Amino acid sequence: MAEGTHSVPPGAAYIRARACGADRRLHTPGRLARPCGRRGLFAGWGTRRVISGLEIDDLAIRRGERTLFEGLNFSLAAGEAVALTGRNGAGKTSLLRAVAGLLRPAAGEIRFTGAPDAAEARAREVHLLGHLDGLKGGRTAREELRFQSLWAGGDEASAGEAAARLDLGRLLDLEVRKLSAGQRRRLALARLLAAPRPLWLLDEPLSPLDAVWRVRLGAIMADHVAGGGMILAAVHDPLPIPARALELGA
Amino acid sequence: MRPLGVLLGRELALAWGRGGGPLPALTFYAGMTTLLPLAAGPEPERLAAVATAMAWVALALASLLSLDRLFERDFEDGALDLLVLGEPPLELVCAVKCLAQWLSTGLPLAFAAPVAAIALGASPALAPLILLCALIGGLAFAFVGGLGAALALGSRRGGLLIAVIVLPLFAPPVIFGGGVLDAAGAGLPWTSGLALLAAWTAAAASLSPLAMAAACRNALD
Repeated sequence: MAEGTHSVPPGAAYIRARACGADRRLHTPGRLARPCGRRGLFAGWGTRRVISGLEIDDLAIRRGERTLFEGLNFSLAAGEAVALTGRNGAGKTSLLRAVAGLLRPAAGEIRFTGAPDAAEARAREVHLLGHLDGLKGGRTAREELRFQSLWAGGDEASAGEAAARLDLGRLLDLEVRKLSAGQRRRLALARLLAAPRPLWLLDEPLSPLDAVWRVRLGAIMADHVAGGGMILAAVHDPLPIPARALELGA
Repeated sequence: MRPLGVLLGRELALAWGRGGGPLPALTFYAGMTTLLPLAAGPEPERLAAVATAMAWVALALASLLSLDRLFERDFEDGALDLLVLGEPPLELVCAVKCLAQWLSTGLPLAFAAPVAAIALGASPALAPLILLCALIGGLAFAFVGGLGAALALGSRRGGLLIAVIVLPLFAPPVIFGGGVLDAAGAGLPWTSGLALLAAWTAAAASLSPLAMAAACRNALD
């Protein structure tokens, strides 16, 4: 496991901004945030905690008989981006899915700093954007944008702002199946902007995008990190923002 | 609770958009209740004796349709990942999906059931009770069917597996509902049968989401 130098840029601004109420400030300045406090049936569903880091201890992931990697240690602090590299099949996607809680690691621990309950942190603090974007081909881009944004914790207004920032305006009335791969990826990215969550887990976020949109996504990522967000991205091309490198299977 | 409302709207839109809503199930139901008398013979007395039972069993079979897409389409296109990473617990997500299945399929079928039974020769006086049984039983069929759909996630020939898992679990509501309608037709007390049907539905609706959520997590792992 090769890990670059560890530097901790100040991420406190994001945490302060999101502590209660003003959690939309990251991408959408000046808008009213949803009320804090308990809204749900279940204890903890509705109370808001903000994670300020990700710590991975001695992690091992096995798929079937094969051990993808073991003994992985790294940490990610607020305001940091990590570019996850490695050959095909090294376990980049599996690592992202393990952090998202979708895949049970064979050994080791994944902790979210500032959140005692990992499941709760994943339910409200983590975005995962993978190869499969969950978009339904038969529905319009507008319907899918609205569902994904509201489901992730955004609202109508933030979904509209995200669509504007990703220049989706002319595409919204088209069925998702008619979008190109790059347009589809931009639509899937909209929920990351519409529902601010500090930790972004991105699997090959750049691959279907053209040169212009790679630069623009770089700016979006830079804003997220500058606001105290965290990015863990599996990539083959370099990330368009300063990022620490972590190579799997080195 | 707001995300769950959004999810319910999406599930209903998906059921209506791609699957044609209740139309396949209703067509299947109409087909079965038309073909059964052709096979059973032309005597009205013989038909009337089993009219409610036929309508009831056909209802159970019709609610099996379109179950295979309930979780599978979200599993295939990655939407299940998104649903797992949402704020509401996965158990409630599964319950909402089953509720949407009932609203889009079970509810229209329940209104078709008295029509089918009367057309087969049941007494029109039984219509309200048939509707009530179909409403309650349909909810059990939706939740038990959802359990089968979640357990069959990711398997080849999922539709077959769903039927094999679900049919034994359909037996109690079919027995209770059939018993209620049989007793009511014969002028016997039927409330205990209805209570058993409601109890089975309550158990299915409260317990199967736990199993569905576990099955979904297992399929994603």
